[in-house]
Amino acid sequence: MIAILDYGSGNLRSAQRAFATASDNVILTSDFDEAIEADGLVVPGVGAFAACMKGLEAVKGSEIIRKRKELERPTLGICIGMQILFSEGLEHSESGSHAGVGIWKGQISKVDAPILPHMGWNSVESATHSTLFKGIENESFYFVHSYAAKSSPSSNATWTTYGEKFLSAIEDEYVSATQFHPEKSGRAGLALIKNWVKSL
Amino acid sequence: MTLSIRIIPCLDVTDGRVVKGVNFTNLVDAGDPVEMASLYDSEGADELTFLDISASSSNRETTLDVVRRTAEQVFIPLTVGGGIRSVDDVDRLLRAGADKVSINTAAIVRPELIAEIADRFGSQVLVLSVDARRARTESGFEVTTHGGREGTDIDALAWVEKACALGVGEILLNSMDADGTRAGYDIGMITAVRAISKVPLIASGGAGTLEDFAHALDAGADALLAASVFHFGIHRIGDVKRYLDAQGYSIRMSTSK
Repeated sequence: MIAILDYGSGNLRSAQRAFATASDNVILTSDFDEAIEADGLVVPGVGAFAACMKGLEAVKGSEIIRKRKELERPTLGICIGMQILFSEGLEHSESGSHAGVGIWKGQISKVDAPILPHMGWNSVESATHSTLFKGIENESFYFVHSYAAKSSPSSNATWTTYGEKFLSAIEDEYVSATQFHPEKSGRAGLALIKNWVKSL
Repeated sequence: MTLSIRIIPCLDVTDGRVVKGVNFTNLVDAGDPVEMASLYDSEGADELTFLDISASSSNRETTLDVVRRTAEQVFIPLTVGGGIRSVDDVDRLLRAGADKVSINTAAIVRPELIAEIADRFGSQVLVLSVDARRARTESGFEVTTHGGREGTDIDALAWVEKACALGVGEILLNSMDADGTRAGYDIGMITAVRAISKVPLIASGGAGTLEDFAHALDAGADALLAASVFHFGIHRIGDVKRYLDAQGYSIRMSTSK
């Protein structure tokens, strides 16, 4: 069973529909036990870092993600759902930095590019031993974001360049994440989702 | 590796049907928005836009259903515009499966709506649709309403600057002078708006020849929206993308069969 964590962030239905193309059993849930027990947990997210963290804490999301890691159960973060897995977000710097879930040490900061958000289809420089990008190494994926991680806590890292190089995906044992939206990246995105589901 | 330019077909929807003539040969039912969205996706559209031109709220319910059914089948970004007046309207569309919304008249009437939507859902969901024409305002471009028929005396460049400050994530610039003429995008207008905005810019209105698409990109557009050239089959999306690819622009070539 695949659980999509419902913490009030974004268009969860499109994530659910996209994952349903790869699995017969996909649920939306904010239930702690259900999220812990799922074979795979998807943490989506759109909007702002701080707002996402607030929503996440309301469903004990940090605890769910950390506990799953301990139990060696896979989790996939998408877009802001990737960013909040890091230790610190500098989004909206006037309000200072925000603490993330802290699965990985590192900062999320503004992408250095003249036009933001980075919006549209961009290619990736995929990690050599990637599971997610198997067979779709040369495809483009749909990005919508202004902030990103600029360094990787894992060697299994995938990079994209827009103004500067940033981390577009990471596969660190049981926790993986993409900065782009696989659920909005057409056939390439569905193939990535299938790769992840098959790896569970 | 660079960000690809986007080709965005726009479908006008009312009462659950696509209006404006369509001229596909391989579609049994050319007026079904879900079927057309799916076809454009398979032809390599980078995003889709639905413009809800329904006159009544009961028809808007039908549009929500169209959005729901489209989002079930098509896994590329979907923008929906037309008749959005409140944060609740946006919420309903996003829940139905839209990824972005475009607002126009309601933002002119009450600019704070931009900040309200951006604060709740983030700037990335919000496209400001600007229907502009050449006129004697300060910049030479004026915002219009009602499909270009009514002037507002609002300077188009001043409006774009204000809207960006309030939090729009993208600008959809429609030239009312060029719209429907197929005589080319308004290059001067695109250049002027590009110079003052730091969010992505979608050019719209006037696409005719393949060269027209290239000229709009040269003027600074990040994405190109077109309706009639695609609906009437003057160009297929694949033709436009292959042409631009051959000219050296960064294009996402479709991998679908």
